[in-house]
Amino acid sequence: MGRGYVVIDADRCKGCELCIHVCPVHILQLSPDTFNAKGYHPVIVTDMDKCTGCAACAMICPDVVFTVYRRKRKPRKVAAAANA
Amino acid sequence: MTVDVKLPEDMELVYKYPDSLTEKETHYCPGCTHGIVHRLIAEVLDELGIKDKTIGVAPVGCSVLAYYYFDVDFAEASHGRAPAMATGLKRVNPDKIVFTYQGDGDLAAIGTAEIIHAANRGELITTVFINNAIYGMTGGQMAPTTLPGQVTTSTPFGRDVRLAGYPVKMSEILATIPGSAYITREMVTDLPSINRTKKAIKRAFLTQMNGLGFSCVEVLSTCPTNWNVSPWEAMEWVKTNMTQYFPLGTFKMTEAVKALKVR
Amino acid sequence: MAKELLKGNVAFAESAVRHGLQAYFGYPITPQSEALEHLSRRMIEEGRVFLQAESEVAAINMVYGAASAGVRVMTSTSGPGVSLMEEGLSYIAGSEVPVVLVDMMRGGPGLGNIQPAQSDYFQITKSMGHGDFHPIVLAPSNVQEIIDMVGLAFDLAEKYRTIVIVAGDGSIGQMMESAELPPMQPVREERPDWALTGKGDRKEHNVITSLYLGAENLERLNLRLQAKLAEIKENEVRWKEYQTEDAELLLVAFGTMGRIGLSVVREARKAGIKLGLLRPITLWPFPEARIYELADQVRGILVAEMNAGQMVEDVERAVKGRAPVAFHGRTGGVIPMVDEILADLRKLDEATKA
Repeated sequence: MGRGYVVIDADRCKGCELCIHVCPVHILQLSPDTFNAKGYHPVIVTDMDKCTGCAACAMICPDVVFTVYRRKRKPRKVAAAANA
Repeated sequence: MTVDVKLPEDMELVYKYPDSLTEKETHYCPGCTHGIVHRLIAEVLDELGIKDKTIGVAPVGCSVLAYYYFDVDFAEASHGRAPAMATGLKRVNPDKIVFTYQGDGDLAAIGTAEIIHAANRGELITTVFINNAIYGMTGGQMAPTTLPGQVTTSTPFGRDVRLAGYPVKMSEILATIPGSAYITREMVTDLPSINRTKKAIKRAFLTQMNGLGFSCVEVLSTCPTNWNVSPWEAMEWVKTNMTQYFPLGTFKMTEAVKALKVR
Repeated sequence: MAKELLKGNVAFAESAVRHGLQAYFGYPITPQSEALEHLSRRMIEEGRVFLQAESEVAAINMVYGAASAGVRVMTSTSGPGVSLMEEGLSYIAGSEVPVVLVDMMRGGPGLGNIQPAQSDYFQITKSMGHGDFHPIVLAPSNVQEIIDMVGLAFDLAEKYRTIVIVAGDGSIGQMMESAELPPMQPVREERPDWALTGKGDRKEHNVITSLYLGAENLERLNLRLQAKLAEIKENEVRWKEYQTEDAELLLVAFGTMGRIGLSVVREARKAGIKLGLLRPITLWPFPEARIYELADQVRGILVAEMNAGQMVEDVERAVKGRAPVAFHGRTGGVIPMVDEILADLRKLDEATKA
């Protein structure tokens, strides 16, 4: 699994594509073959392993479609001890 | 919103649905920046912990139904009068946080007197001013902030400044008023500007919470539907065209507001 | 409390303070500015909210805000100000928040003059704003009545969550009379559960709005408002009668005109005409039933007003053709004299003698 993980509430999506433009790893696109309850092609993630958990999608989304998770960073002390 | 997902233990939540928003899906057009600004306000109310003592005043415009989307007490004002209604609400509820959310027609056309006088009295309210250079709800007519030459349904030949005057720069005007403590103009076209806008909104609410005076955050916004462009193209139009006429920046910030710790 | 010599405008303002007024937002306009001035001092002295707004438009919206927060709030103005407030009043009516408005009528239309008149009758009783609605309208005729009616106005406004207009005129506002103010009532601490006070630990957030986009929803609101108005009509009609028991002719007049009517009755009786007076206290709801009853007893009805004929239409409607209705009016702020009214009364008397 990659560093980040997003959960998409597909029925909230209006297919505005703002998230697609800001995703730094370009893993978002509109679903080509499904519609949501509103009749839009909702956004989907093409490759979750590449997700960095930056939450850019969540920050630009007008419809609060995204919930974003990210792998916790190891605290520096533990990392140093591990390297010692 | 509950998330039914099995995540590894070392994953933490980075962004979730704000408490201060209701679950109701908005009626706003796809890509409309109302959605972004509503979300930023909600995030700020959550982070400042003031949700339960906040009262909002909705305008007449696309966001007339804002009271369905924020989980806070809300009043529906008549067109342009939100600052007056907010004045009444705040004066009798001095310990509550009162904000108005207004569009360009609401604030800069019919409501010019009310916003200027609220600022003049240093009313302890916060105004979020959505400037998208057009009248969205009524179908795309000229707004006081429509750019010269801009085609709208009531300026089919493009805004002619000889007939219709120049766009009104409300932030600049409000900044000249002594009662204004914090007046700033932002936009929400990309991640950095979205973050700056959120910080500005937070500073504005903190200005009220600390009794420092009137605060207003003008947000250059989009109207993809009435501008006849895609949502992302609309964001680009704000960046390249609107900022030419409406420069970003802080026009008034008292020392006390500057000293506020805004995280 | 003892009687004191009080100016009408000061009296109604002080009465509001004594009745627990929590907030006042107003704008100077002759002939009621003394009320605003009095409140600018007294409200601050009592630790309540006072603000002189930038216009009547702003004032009524500040009132709307405070009323939405569930506090006892009032404004006062004259005809031109009511015109500016009509938008706000319509929103207030649709949102069902309680508001008291004191209208000290002056000569109109337009800028008119500052003399007393009764030419806002249509404006305030028929709707005072767009949409199907009537406020309760109380019509005092002297300083004591305006003091008492301000208290009644707050009670009715809060009982029904509606607008109550106390309709005086320039002369009542300006005259000085001996009257008694009530003792100081404490300001209410609690707020109604529908009020905007911050969600706190309520389950749902409160919304005060007059917007109902769905037609069926708006109809439901209107049916609720109409039911409320029907209840008010049932329970809150008020009027005063003077020498109507054996009257053969009836004079109907309100406010200052009603006061002059007392003199007309006395003079008429001296001249051998059995005249009675019905003085509506509530202009809305109008005392239709009683007037209909009296129309059976009398030969004719004279309506006297300081306008071109407004309440007379309600009298004609109430009478349903049972008796002839004549009208005496002066406009422009001219106050009719007793002998002018008597002259028209004599004409009616002659015309209706069997």
